[in-house]
Amino acid sequence: MLQFVMALLVVASSATLLLVLGMTSLFRSPLRERAVATAVQLSSLVGLTASMGMLAFMLSNNLHDYPVDLGDWVTLGHSNSALQSDHSQLSPTLESSDDKSHDDPSMHFHLRLKLVFDRLSIPFLIMSYLLCGVIGAFALRYMHLEPGFHRFFLFYAVFQLGMVMTSLAGTIETLFIGWELVGLSSALLVAFFHDRPAPVQNGLRVWSVYRISDAAFLVAALTLHHLSGSGDFEALMGQGDWPFGVATIDGQQALSVGMLLLIAAAGKSALLPFSGWLPRAMEGPTPSSAVFYGALSVHLGAFLLLRVSPILDKSPFLSAMVVVLGFLTLCFAAMAGRVQTDIKSALAFASLMQVSIIFMEIGLGLRYIALIHIIGHACIRTLQLVRAPSLLKDHRTLENAIGDHLPISTYFFRGLIPVAFRERLYRFALERGRLDSLLDDFIAKPIFKALTFADRVERRFTAILSGPPKADTQANKSLTDV
Amino acid sequence: MPIIPELNLPWLECSIVLPLIGAAACAITKRKEASQTIAIVFTWLTLICTGCEFFDFTMLNTFEASDHWDFISWVSQQKILVIDELSAPLLPLTALLYLLTVVSTLHTKTKRFSFGMALISEAIVLATLSCHTPWLIILLQAISCVPPWIELRNRGASTRVFSIHMGLFLVLMTVGWLLIDKTGNPENANLIPVAFLIAAALLRAGVIPGHLWMNDLFENASLGTAFLFVAPMTGAYVVMHLVLPFTPSWAMQSIAVLSLITAVYSAGMAMIQNEARRFFCYLFLSQASLVLTGLEIVTTIGLTGALCVWLSISLSLGGFVLTLRSIESRIGRVRLDRFNGMYEHTPTLGGLFLLTGLASIGFPGTIGFVGMELLVEGAVGVFPIAGLAVVVAAALNGIAILRAYFRIFTGKKFQTLAVLRSKPSERFAVILLAVLVLGGGIWPQPSVSSRHHAANSLMKIRNDSVRGHEVENK
Repeated sequence: MLQFVMALLVVASSATLLLVLGMTSLFRSPLRERAVATAVQLSSLVGLTASMGMLAFMLSNNLHDYPVDLGDWVTLGHSNSALQSDHSQLSPTLESSDDKSHDDPSMHFHLRLKLVFDRLSIPFLIMSYLLCGVIGAFALRYMHLEPGFHRFFLFYAVFQLGMVMTSLAGTIETLFIGWELVGLSSALLVAFFHDRPAPVQNGLRVWSVYRISDAAFLVAALTLHHLSGSGDFEALMGQGDWPFGVATIDGQQALSVGMLLLIAAAGKSALLPFSGWLPRAMEGPTPSSAVFYGALSVHLGAFLLLRVSPILDKSPFLSAMVVVLGFLTLCFAAMAGRVQTDIKSALAFASLMQVSIIFMEIGLGLRYIALIHIIGHACIRTLQLVRAPSLLKDHRTLENAIGDHLPISTYFFRGLIPVAFRERLYRFALERGRLDSLLDDFIAKPIFKALTFADRVERRFTAILSGPPKADTQANKSLTDV
Repeated sequence: MPIIPELNLPWLECSIVLPLIGAAACAITKRKEASQTIAIVFTWLTLICTGCEFFDFTMLNTFEASDHWDFISWVSQQKILVIDELSAPLLPLTALLYLLTVVSTLHTKTKRFSFGMALISEAIVLATLSCHTPWLIILLQAISCVPPWIELRNRGASTRVFSIHMGLFLVLMTVGWLLIDKTGNPENANLIPVAFLIAAALLRAGVIPGHLWMNDLFENASLGTAFLFVAPMTGAYVVMHLVLPFTPSWAMQSIAVLSLITAVYSAGMAMIQNEARRFFCYLFLSQASLVLTGLEIVTTIGLTGALCVWLSISLSLGGFVLTLRSIESRIGRVRLDRFNGMYEHTPTLGGLFLLTGLASIGFPGTIGFVGMELLVEGAVGVFPIAGLAVVVAAALNGIAILRAYFRIFTGKKFQTLAVLRSKPSERFAVILLAVLVLGGGIWPQPSVSSRHHAANSLMKIRNDSVRGHEVENK
């Protein structure tokens, strides 16, 4: 019973924080900064304590996997027949008992809320609460008297709940819910300083990439439903505890679903070709950059692949793809990171390098090493990003004290590369591989051009149908009222 | 006449008559402020009536029910006003949209927005949704075009685009149903009259290329009138009552592809618009096309999804357009090619804009989430590849919504001496809609179950009808 309460507390602490901050914003009676501080710290403390409690419970009982089934959030089609209800016991989520007949009344749908505490979720959960708590405490001072103080902590609460839900998801739908919450809060926080156009444009770009990766995720989830008849990870990945589960689908199916999940993961973790959004995301306030893009959010793609790792085991080609994608991103991030002129961008690419290595580890089947790498990297990167503003100040103080610039380290192989090639590489790295412009030129612009053309044609055709415009109409007047 | 259970009171008649009385009262009074007060009172009363009707109908636990002390039935010797599982939640929803539109109309807009016309159109829409008689549905559809047409004319805008499309719609409907009537039994109708009806329904729903009238209406009529004309989605209602019961699945699924194309095309167009009204028009068109897709794929899951999304987008896009209207009342027509900086003035409206926009695309935790999941599932089940267009449309709409949010609410604070804070009536609308959107998202089971039950019943009626037709052909 106690462990059930603790499991609920893990989620409830974040959900309550969001409820409190959301309701007070809705009713236009925002809490005072001190009250927000108390709520944020209490939420982190309760969540972290409950998570640690769950860990202690599982260690003391030698449990590797502790599912908490909260029941069906939505369920349809229970009452059709006894056969059907028996069937639903076996396949707890969406299923069609007869694919040939689309209007089969026995089609039913379950959205199940299930939390899973296991060797993957517990470390990720504790890390999330720990880093969110630390950054929450840091941000309370950093954001003190900022006009968007309440807005920041509202998004922070959305993010924290999203991270908790993603970490503990026992079904693919629950994971998707958390995934979306993280995406939304991230995009809004990038655009936090919204009186300037640049952060807003970057926020929109981040959101656009997330929407593409979310679409891939949704399609993958649906495909998994169709292939295995269930959205429950236990049914998808076999009965074995993480990471020893065996996927219930064959290699070809694993490849098709895995590719979609890889797109989703690449979008969320800023792997190629989506890497362009990561440095742009640094437009947000430093605490959010640190906890979201440096530490937690950027690792969600890797977490997703770890969660569905039995699918990777089924397809060596898919695993190879993960390794290759990780390697290419690593090369790109290593080059781009070296020429960045601001510390947050440099750290963003340093993060990307480590994330790429984590992907390679996952592709190579080193699941525990990947998990340990995520935790270590998240902690060190949070520290670096939070330290970044004061580090610059210390750097300048040091230079002022010694009266000269600090020496710049050079590399042995620098001299081996021809100058012309080095310059070309430098430009390539400085322009971040021209990734954004490539995506813009080859994907976004042609689509926009076609749509703009269609819009022009529509307007012209409407004008022809409408006939000559009448002078001084009320509709025309209201246009000029602006 | 088949025996249909009766409601305990004449809720349906009352909900139609009340707005008409209100409209008459508005016509007598000269002052706009008094008109608004009258409209608020009568839309409230109508909402209460439709709410009671929904509650009463739910208690009866039946697929359909007729009015008690039904005066129209007594006169015509026919059950004209009938409520069923499909229309039961649509009636209070429509009444709510009218109420919120009337309540949140600011004084700056009262000169342009006719409360009397709004009440008349409310009565027409409620009558359409309570009616199962094909000829009467067609007649009401024809009458419903009159208030927006008058408004366009009064505003001095060209009515030609609207007239051409709606005229064609009515001609197609009339010819289609005339041909079906000739056969004596709709179930024996061949494909030609069905094609007429389908074309009419698609035109009314704005499926491409018959969507130009919608843009024209949004650009030239008042935002409230345009929204209230399209929001009840009577085109989809026509599909449900006049087309779905006896059209073969292959024909329905073929036109579902057209709806899917419209959904993606409109979502793309919403992304590039620089005028907020056109943006909203395409956004609505895209979402409404998704509903049509769900109706046309003719599976229980798809139909359940479509009915859920029907409710969720009416509610969420209702909130969305009210926000847009409130912003227009403050700064005039909103352009999306610049940052308007409205957040500092009205953060509450900004929050509602984002919340309702996200709800309309089925963001988790909002009322649209489960419906959209069901709809995607239904579409992919029938068209494994083309069905993914639903996901693409939702993704593009998501981008378009955030772009619009950023363009309207972010940027340097809009400089003005006027106080632009949200008014109490707007805050009432915001809180009510936020509660409904989030409440329906956190506890979706009741609404989803009710829509699933309705979908099952509709599929059963349809299957019986199609099976009967096949037996007769053999």
